Amino acid sequence: MRHETPSEENPVKPWRKLRFFPSMQPGGWSGLALISPPFAYSLLMLAAPLLLVFLLSMWTQNYLELDRTFTITNYKEAASEKLYQVLMARSVVISVIVTIVTVLLAYPIAYYIAFFGGKRKAIWLLLITIPFWTSYLIRVFLWKVILGYNGVVNGSLLGMGFIEEPLTFILYNANAVVITLAHAWAPFAILPIFVSISRIDKSLLEAARDLGDGPLRRFLRVTLPLSMPGVVAASLIVFIPTVGDYVTPRLLGGTDGLMIANMIQIQFGKANNAPLGSALAVSAMVIVASISIVFVLLNRRFLKVKG
Amino acid sequence: MKRPQKTNKQIINIKGVEKQFGDVTALNGVSLTIKEGEFFSLLGPSGCGKTTLLRMISGFDSPNLGSVYIDGSDMTNVPPNQRPTNMVFQSYAIFPHLNVAENVGYGLKKQKLPKDEIKLRVEEALALVDLEGYGAREAHALSGGQRQRVALARALIMKPKVLLLDEPLSALDKKLRETMQGELRKLQRTVGITFVLVTHDQEEALTMSDRIAVMFDGKIAQLDTPEGLYKRPKTKRVASFIGVMNFIPAKVIASTKTKLSLDVEALGKVDVGASDTIKSGEKITVGIRPEMLTILYEETDDADNVFSGIIVSASYYGDMTYYEVELGNTAIRATVSMRNTAGRPVLRAGTETRIGWGYESITVLDG
Repeated sequence: MRHETPSEENPVKPWRKLRFFPSMQPGGWSGLALISPPFAYSLLMLAAPLLLVFLLSMWTQNYLELDRTFTITNYKEAASEKLYQVLMARSVVISVIVTIVTVLLAYPIAYYIAFFGGKRKAIWLLLITIPFWTSYLIRVFLWKVILGYNGVVNGSLLGMGFIEEPLTFILYNANAVVITLAHAWAPFAILPIFVSISRIDKSLLEAARDLGDGPLRRFLRVTLPLSMPGVVAASLIVFIPTVGDYVTPRLLGGTDGLMIANMIQIQFGKANNAPLGSALAVSAMVIVASISIVFVLLNRRFLKVKG
Repeated sequence: MKRPQKTNKQIINIKGVEKQFGDVTALNGVSLTIKEGEFFSLLGPSGCGKTTLLRMISGFDSPNLGSVYIDGSDMTNVPPNQRPTNMVFQSYAIFPHLNVAENVGYGLKKQKLPKDEIKLRVEEALALVDLEGYGAREAHALSGGQRQRVALARALIMKPKVLLLDEPLSALDKKLRETMQGELRKLQRTVGITFVLVTHDQEEALTMSDRIAVMFDGKIAQLDTPEGLYKRPKTKRVASFIGVMNFIPAKVIASTKTKLSLDVEALGKVDVGASDTIKSGEKITVGIRPEMLTILYEETDDADNVFSGIIVSASYYGDMTYYEVELGNTAIRATVSMRNTAGRPVLRAGTETRIGWGYESITVLDG
């Protein structure tokens, strides 16, 4: 936006000072009008509850009464209590592992579709969305069937004689959460990576070849750096929501696989301590945001590249 | 400036190359040799197979039949990264995530040279293309002309035996294109590397090349020096692709061992060099360049042969004027180009004039 400075030829008209946005361009108001319904909606549905959670986190719960004096006791408790520390750290670690596993699995798929999909690209992308045709809850239960003590994996491995007793490390712990989340979030990782690989000019790959690179070197020096915007986007898309995932650890995580969201739910529910739950939620948000910002900053040299 | 002595050593030898893409035949039996240190152009309209041929030399396409030899070795099973060729791509293919120096030094990195040497050679290469001090520039901050120079430096730093250029000037505006034509020629003389250029622009090919292969429909129609192509085009198609040519039907009166006697429509009887293939009585086409026809402004002006004409239209180009002239009392029209020297007026349509021409200006064309 252009800020006009008053000068002799161009004095600031008195009425302009009254304007809410003094440097608004012509047509700016109609633009604002255009975005106002979704803006109002997100204000109401996102910003307001967020503000409420923030407010709540500064209050304290005295049995049935809500003490409305501002205090940071809840944050002190959230930061010092060992249990919350463990849950928070575990949530971040599980999410990081889920993110790495998901992106590593998604990349070859996206690569294959972008380079070898040919005329069937659309069909491949459609196939990738198939898991979404059923509810997430059903998919989680299906993983329970697959990974369970008498489940598909154990049954097959026992039947083929690879193991003598059922594997127990694949259900009701963090491993099960990682496996399930990595599968659930794969499409969200495949799509942005696919888009960024598709956008790579094929002549750049030929140029790398021409200048002496074999397929592996060319991948590391051209394809991978140029697809990093997609990898960064995919990582954030997977990492941010999985830290706060609640259903998967609840159903598959057992006691070792519980995450911070489960504790927040407990605080709002059984423990009847909404302010502490809010403080945990805000802390989790701050931690996730900080990690995401550091991650983006670390990758900024890949992100500023213009195609 | 040092230029390695032009040897007669063959650097590229293409033998009977054929290539089909599905039902489309891109190359239909192409054989040619390119000499070391030569500036060689593949010229033709789009779809003639010139780019496919270049990609076969670079290794990005492989022939269905026939083979490519570079410096005496068969390249059939050699991938592009192991060939002694480097390419300047039509889009320049500058790596957007690297700066100018990293782009230029890209190919050296693999050779595990010490950092100082890479830096030195990058600076040398940048100096060669007049881009000293541009090393730290980001790729997206370059103009079209600069991108092209970076692409050139990046390829030349590899010291290839052959530099391949795929329509390198087509993305530049006219003025810059003309400057770069001269610079490319100069650069080629400086480094002495064999250049193989693909272009659809006949002027570009004529001004830069030592030899040109004109290609139509996946075949080489004619391979000659620029002068040879312009003066002695073999076919009507080559003649019309290179410059402007007037085509006039003629009848062969006599074909002897020493000469060919023709009766050219509107121009009259003329003797030209002998031909083995043309027999007497045959109807053929002859070509005559616009600059070989002269408008005789003065009554005293004379030529080998003079006939009358009426100017149908005049196109003024500043230095030249192109006239369309109806010859004699026939319906045949020819283009005549005249240099606009002092005191020579631009003639208006409808003016009756005398046209003169020399016997040696006629080219006999096959088909």
